[in-house]
Amino acid sequence: MMLYKMMRSAVSELGVNKLRTALTMLGIVIGVGAVIALMSVGQGASKGIAAEVNALGSNLLFVEPGAPGEETDTEGFSTASFTLTADDVEALRQSTALPNVEAVSAVSQIPLDSQVTAGGNTAQVTMTATDEYFMAVRDFELEAGSYFSAQDLDRKTRNTVLGSQTAIDLFGSAEAAIGQKVRINFGPFSLDLTVIGVMKERGASGEGSEDEQMFMPLSTFQARVPFARSPTGGQSVSQIVIKVDDSGKVDSSAEQVRSVLLTEHDFSEDFTVKTQNDLKSTAENVGKVMTILLGAIAGISLFVGGIGIMNIMLVSVSERTREIGIRKAVGARRNDILTQFIVETVVVTLLGGLVGVALGVTVALTIDGHEFGTGSSIGTAVTPLSVGIAFFVSAIIGLFFGIYPAFRASRLDPIEALRTE
Amino acid sequence: MIRLRNVVKLYRAGSVVVPALRGITLDIERGDFVSIIGSSGSGKSTLMNIIGCLDRPTRGTFELAGHDVSKLSDDQLAYARGRQIGFVFQAFNLLPRMSALEQVELPLTYRGGKNQRRSAMKALADVGLGDRMHHKPNQLSGGQQQRVAIARALVGEPSVILADEPTGALDTKTTADVMDIFVRLNRVQGMTVIFVTHEPEVASYTDRVIQLRDGMIVSDTVATSPPLGAIQEHEVLWGPGIKGLRPVLQSEAPA
Repeated sequence: MMLYKMMRSAVSELGVNKLRTALTMLGIVIGVGAVIALMSVGQGASKGIAAEVNALGSNLLFVEPGAPGEETDTEGFSTASFTLTADDVEALRQSTALPNVEAVSAVSQIPLDSQVTAGGNTAQVTMTATDEYFMAVRDFELEAGSYFSAQDLDRKTRNTVLGSQTAIDLFGSAEAAIGQKVRINFGPFSLDLTVIGVMKERGASGEGSEDEQMFMPLSTFQARVPFARSPTGGQSVSQIVIKVDDSGKVDSSAEQVRSVLLTEHDFSEDFTVKTQNDLKSTAENVGKVMTILLGAIAGISLFVGGIGIMNIMLVSVSERTREIGIRKAVGARRNDILTQFIVETVVVTLLGGLVGVALGVTVALTIDGHEFGTGSSIGTAVTPLSVGIAFFVSAIIGLFFGIYPAFRASRLDPIEALRTE
Repeated sequence: MIRLRNVVKLYRAGSVVVPALRGITLDIERGDFVSIIGSSGSGKSTLMNIIGCLDRPTRGTFELAGHDVSKLSDDQLAYARGRQIGFVFQAFNLLPRMSALEQVELPLTYRGGKNQRRSAMKALADVGLGDRMHHKPNQLSGGQQQRVAIARALVGEPSVILADEPTGALDTKTTADVMDIFVRLNRVQGMTVIFVTHEPEVASYTDRVIQLRDGMIVSDTVATSPPLGAIQEHEVLWGPGIKGLRPVLQSEAPA
């Protein structure tokens, strides 16, 4: 029988028992919808992380404690990774072997949120202790006031620069924050600082927004905060950020930085030089794993939906035994019956797949940008790939779970089939 | 055209082997009008299934239109059914959700080929249902449903029409109408028609009556008078249904 006629008769067959068809489809609808919605969360996360890496600035190198490939806490506090010191920073600045290095900035960050208070207001911030080169290296701009100078670092002043959101949270506006005092608490320690500047909004959203941040001179941090010092008493830094003047020289500069530091460290490679691309690919891998994981979970529900379809098709075959007998009596061969039932199953799953795609896209668009109490907004991205995969998989599921019931139908003995009521 | 030689059909019921047919030898020629009668359990349904290519004999040979079909595979039997056999059943066996036209088209869709719709429309018009083509079975009377079934049997231009208790579900009036169609088919178109029935009245329409008992042929009688006489016997019973038939039979019946 021609495929077109089969499709048409399949659709009319499905229209007979609308509730049953709808319930059968529901399994696939939910499965496909879940695949698309959850994959969009995974892919949204990848894109978000990639965007954050881009927002760090351009042509950057990052030197972090710990040997390449070694699992370390990159922030350098909870593990004994104090291998980068102020001496390394100075060596990089003085080196003549780094023709393309524009600026070098040292950073020490407290990995956890710190609490900052001013008047009656409180805000959670990421505390970043750094030097006067940081602004230029990371492409930050000032909204109001000024940034640290070399004097601030020399004199270990208690000055601070706030992120735009933190200034608004504490003082209502950037201008109002200038000259105000804030108190930052690191666990049992607290430190009073004077606001001398506020950064322009960076806009990058997600975990650890750069607008909810506080900067202080690295020297002050190391002098005043006990746990900022390494066990040997050296002035360790958790990250060195290096700006390269040419995007084409990033990789060669990374190699040069590595050899300078190797010499400095007596040829013990207890540090890692990463480019922005390294960070990006790490982030993308995290996103990929997340996407696959979420997709797999959703795939299970699609599989369950397929089992539901097989169940219903088996019922349908036994209900329509007589019909099968009649068709065989008028000349239908096994393959005719087989094709008829497979087409019916595939039509159900494809329709379910279509509705599921619509549902999944709707859910993805609905949850896009919402926080759901996680503190950071969830970004979603529906790609044609995930829609294609979901649709294709639903067709395959129809084929796979349709084959057995259709096979049973095709094998029915026409005499027995005609005898059933 | 139909040639059975020592056809035996055994069924296995658990460990017991039950013989349904115990050596049937039978010839039916093209254009014959035959009924196979017998009580239930006589083996007439089994014989019909074998002649209808729904089943294979356990032993013996069955030739249909010159081909030995006793050893064919399931799909080859399906092919033979589609080309050679037109079934008409007691319970009509229409598909509830298809229009009359779609029902009649069905055998052709499994065969492929062109002008399927036109052939189906012609077959329906031939049984007098040209104005009911798009009705579903539940919108048709019993007689009309059986006429749809007859059109479906005819549309593929089979060699044999096999009718299993074709009037068993019909009242006397519609029985006459349906019988009228079968008689015309045989007399006018020369179609081979085989009835399988336990009703002597139905059998009395046919030229030849084969009686089965316990899986064997116990009598095979050719009617001495043509079926016209048989119809006249029932004229009183069926009333006006016959009146239209008689001139057709007298003028068109082959000598």
